[in-house]
Amino acid sequence: MPEKIDQTQVKKVAKLSRLELTEEEVQQFTVQLSAILDYVEKLSELDTEGVEPLAHCLPISNVFRQDEIRESLGTEKTLANAPQRDGEFFKVPKILDDSSWA
Amino acid sequence: MEHLTALELRKTISAGQISCVEAAEEIFQQIDRLDPIIGAYISTYPHQALKNAADIDRRIASGQPVGPLAGIPVAIKDNMCTTFGATTCASKILENFYAPYNATVVEKLLAADAVIVGKANMDEFAMGSSTENSALKTTVNPWDTTRVPGGSSGGPAAAVAAGLCYAALGSDTGGSIRLPAGFCSVVGLKPTYGRVSRYGLVAYGSSLDQIGPITRTVADSALMLNVIAGHDPADSTSIDENVAPLCDYLEKLDEPIEKLRIAIVPHFNAGADRQVQNALYEAIELYKKLGAQVIEVDMPYLDYAIAAYYVIATAEASSNLARYDGVHYGYRSDRARDYIEVYSKSRAEGFGKEVKRRIMLGTYALSSGYYDAYYLKALKVRNLIRGDFARVFQECDCIMMPVSPTTAFKMGEKIDDPLTMYLSDIYTIAANLAGIPAISVPCGFDQNDLPIGVQILTPAFTEDRLLRIARMFEAQTDWHAKKPPIAK
Repeated sequence: MPEKIDQTQVKKVAKLSRLELTEEEVQQFTVQLSAILDYVEKLSELDTEGVEPLAHCLPISNVFRQDEIRESLGTEKTLANAPQRDGEFFKVPKILDDSSWA
Repeated sequence: MEHLTALELRKTISAGQISCVEAAEEIFQQIDRLDPIIGAYISTYPHQALKNAADIDRRIASGQPVGPLAGIPVAIKDNMCTTFGATTCASKILENFYAPYNATVVEKLLAADAVIVGKANMDEFAMGSSTENSALKTTVNPWDTTRVPGGSSGGPAAAVAAGLCYAALGSDTGGSIRLPAGFCSVVGLKPTYGRVSRYGLVAYGSSLDQIGPITRTVADSALMLNVIAGHDPADSTSIDENVAPLCDYLEKLDEPIEKLRIAIVPHFNAGADRQVQNALYEAIELYKKLGAQVIEVDMPYLDYAIAAYYVIATAEASSNLARYDGVHYGYRSDRARDYIEVYSKSRAEGFGKEVKRRIMLGTYALSSGYYDAYYLKALKVRNLIRGDFARVFQECDCIMMPVSPTTAFKMGEKIDDPLTMYLSDIYTIAANLAGIPAISVPCGFDQNDLPIGVQILTPAFTEDRLLRIARMFEAQTDWHAKKPPIAK
């Protein structure tokens, strides 16, 4: 039986997950995720025709409140855990490269 | 003294036989003596705890009212936000995260005058069944230090078992309260989904996560549930008390349930080790002597619970953990050259193997072309599993089954084989998928003197009856009173 997931797919999923994997991790995850997906394949034994998907078990649907202005954390508390900050801002590397301004 | 139950300590304090400060000091002495071996705590707060205890002592002395947990030293799992200390989730990515607010359960503990002694170890982001996935600390089983305490709430369970606190809060997404409680011979309660606020609990699988108590006795579990249960406007999935009324869980605790009807699922139980099965059936024999009727039922969809769970939980996790971006809080790699690498390198360096594995699995299950086959299919199977429970609860008051297929396993035994590790959760996962309450109660020991637990499950929002059923057993046995030799 072919493996459920190959290294190319593992690399693609890693990219979607924003996880930089080492070559060793790619190999390990390919084997492990294949084994897990093989096991999960059990689900296809069941006939679920006409069964509603169940996302949660609560007897409630939407929960609304009045759209009122409330106190929020404030700038200092919000930025207190930032790995890097610049004054009142979260600091990140440049997102647009210079050529996009041309 | 540190082996009293929380309720016994409360009586001792109110009788003036011990002060809150003395009770806290004894716990910190026990922590100093044993935690270098057990490794239950990621952080402890002796200064703050003793200050709070002294304040409660002053209020008692001046005749002011105090809360139901006045002076009781408790631990919380380190995935609940506190404005004191870090909230690490046992992850490098949150090692230096200082939450700007307290989780609702933490506010409730403090309002009840509990003395929080520390934040306990866990599998990273609550993903695991052994606590070996902690990136910060190793916790061992107090009954055998070569073995795991179970997970993911291994720190809280080991702390309660070893006398390093009187009670603790854990969280349970697929068995993370009940499994370590079973492995450590303490009582672990997963309440109904929605019974306890999740506000300030770091999210793993949001439709499954629930906070609950880990304690020495069923009565202590009721005491803790009284404090933490209830609607919270800050958690829209916490249930309206008009829909599911609360009650005083201690009030009728000692009243047995008359004509109790217990369901068992023989083919499902047959998957457990012989000694685990024997202990389960001995527990059920005891209930029979108390007048219970045992009904054998078939729950065909239980066999699919693990498969459905590891799709649903990982899908939710992949979405929840997208917030760790190296920008707003948490670890950031210093090797990142552009903004994509801020994400991908920070996450690569900050997350451990199991967390990466689950994010990958969840992302795959939600990705284009696989969504219907995996995620949607798993949600449909989840509905079938809930249907299995609904059908059985029409004719039975509760279901009893093992907590886990084996007793505590050796450190390192399953760590390189994720699927085998996942199978440890076979008996606990279905309660999370169905949203129902379940409890793990000590019911014996195997030939290696390792604890065995019995699991009891009841319909949604019937924690009062669940606790009474568990108490019927506890009142007739003394398994819960046995202490690990190391803690004596």
